[in-house]
Amino acid sequence: MNRRLANVIAILALGVIGILGPWLFPAHLSQFSKLWLFIVLALTWDLLGGQTGYNSFGNVVFFGIGMYAAAVTQVGLYYPVAAYTAAKGGGTEFVFDVAQFYTGLAVGLPVGGIMAALAAAALGMVILGMRGHYFAIATLGLAIAAGELAAGWEYIGAGSGMVTPTPPDTIDTTLLFYYLSFALAAVTFGFLAWLYSTRFGLAINAIRDDEDKAEAMGHHTTRNKVITWTISAFFLGIAGGIFGNLSKFIDPIDVAFNGAEVGVWMILMAILGGKGTLWGPVIGAAVFYVTKELFWTYLLGWQRVALGALIVIIVVFFPQGIVGWLKERWPERFGPSKEEMEAADAKGGA
Amino acid sequence: MTQPLLDVCNVSKAFGGVIANRNISLKVNRGQIVGLIGPNGSGKTTLFNSIVGYHPIDDGEIWFKGEEISRYRVGRIARLGLLRTFQQTRIYGRMTCMENMLISLPERESSFLDLLKSRHSAGIQRAKDLLEFVGLYSKRYHYAGDLSFGQQKLLEFAMALINEPEMLLLDEPTAGINPTLINGLIDRLKRANEELGITLLVIEHNMRVIMNLAEHIYCLAHGEMLAEGSPEEIRNDQRVIDAYLGAH
Repeated sequence: MNRRLANVIAILALGVIGILGPWLFPAHLSQFSKLWLFIVLALTWDLLGGQTGYNSFGNVVFFGIGMYAAAVTQVGLYYPVAAYTAAKGGGTEFVFDVAQFYTGLAVGLPVGGIMAALAAAALGMVILGMRGHYFAIATLGLAIAAGELAAGWEYIGAGSGMVTPTPPDTIDTTLLFYYLSFALAAVTFGFLAWLYSTRFGLAINAIRDDEDKAEAMGHHTTRNKVITWTISAFFLGIAGGIFGNLSKFIDPIDVAFNGAEVGVWMILMAILGGKGTLWGPVIGAAVFYVTKELFWTYLLGWQRVALGALIVIIVVFFPQGIVGWLKERWPERFGPSKEEMEAADAKGGA
Repeated sequence: MTQPLLDVCNVSKAFGGVIANRNISLKVNRGQIVGLIGPNGSGKTTLFNSIVGYHPIDDGEIWFKGEEISRYRVGRIARLGLLRTFQQTRIYGRMTCMENMLISLPERESSFLDLLKSRHSAGIQRAKDLLEFVGLYSKRYHYAGDLSFGQQKLLEFAMALINEPEMLLLDEPTAGINPTLINGLIDRLKRANEELGITLLVIEHNMRVIMNLAEHIYCLAHGEMLAEGSPEEIRNDQRVIDAYLGAH
């Protein structure tokens, strides 16, 4: 089968499942919302970790920043944030009507993305000058530091966390957040598919393969890395904003800056599916998330042991990930496609 | 006399107590092919690294096109049109040969927005022509990492050419290439020089190659400039013969 056609069919199928979700699995809608968000997490991690070859253990920071920034904006548009967090979000005085709630989300989510992107740009300029493992180690500390900072900051509720605005009863938030999550996953996927088709895609792959060479050929390698992380953080920040609202409560360490869980999961999902591929993170996130949910349902008590074993199995038996394994096993079907190349040749050739 | 394209003046570089280059001066005029020879460890590659900004130099000045580049970083010097290839071949292994070529198109004039154009927007024909030029056309959709060492060297050379440098520093271009291919490579280096107008500075251990190729040769030994002259002069220079035969 033609690869391009297979791609189109896969995208259409996912799109249809996504749109019909509320009818297909009405009982598990919020789980599926999280699945779409996890796909965003894996895709954005892979942008720097897979395509650019820079393993970051700190991406969860942007997730958390987006979450807090969105929530603070949603509240701050109508009430003083400090008073709101001091009251633990409860009480009858902090009520959001329909218009306020929607406006808050419409402004808050982009603000979450932008704040995360700014943080990535600033951090990137400092630590993306480091190469390979040094960068990975530097990012390890980020999530821990960020969680502690958030837990000590009264304005956003410090250690007792922050409640996201309670929606008016008339809004079906399960459905709303489902479609927001789905839309974000679709937009992220589309954006990255386009980005990887550009010269920028080649430029970051060049950094992954041999950064010294790329620099010696005149590439602005550090600039490209910082831009890559910034893009990654933008989508991740929006995902965080949605996730916060979905969870209804933002704990600084267990929800926002949960490096030990979400921070590690996003890496595992990308690796499981196949680092450095467009579809890998999508497939990896789906397989991982479903497996994880099954463990939590059927192996309760042992779920973390099972998950740990799964992680070991992934790393030992699928170092290339599912898509990477497929490419190796059936290169003619999943390898670099000749037709696409030839088609591009015909377009660009004399 | 016109200004040399590359002018290295009294450059010194030490790593801790090891003096890799001491007071090295050399000049390369536009359009020339110049050779750089010397025994292993004589400081040839260190000099290359100094020229392209890979590490800071301790003393001296380096000028390119009348601009002092001694303090510039690698990327900036490359964008000026002074490019190098590596002794240990460096290519982008998990990308196809065509992709390797396309991302080596010159970045000189381009801004970030140019990077957002389709990867097939420019240079396809040029990339194919140059792959043909180095004899890798039939391999163009292979992963570069799957090529043999010699083929990777040729690919690296083609990548350098598509970048349209004014000057190219080649670090042992024939090492690891089989004898029949070497003749083809000499021919291609000469053609790149004549037809594309690329000035070449070549490190080479193969005496036959360098004598055939270069019009002027510098010889380094123990981090110092030992001799310079035409291939004929170098061939007959007793100090060079001693250095290479290890008579000291």
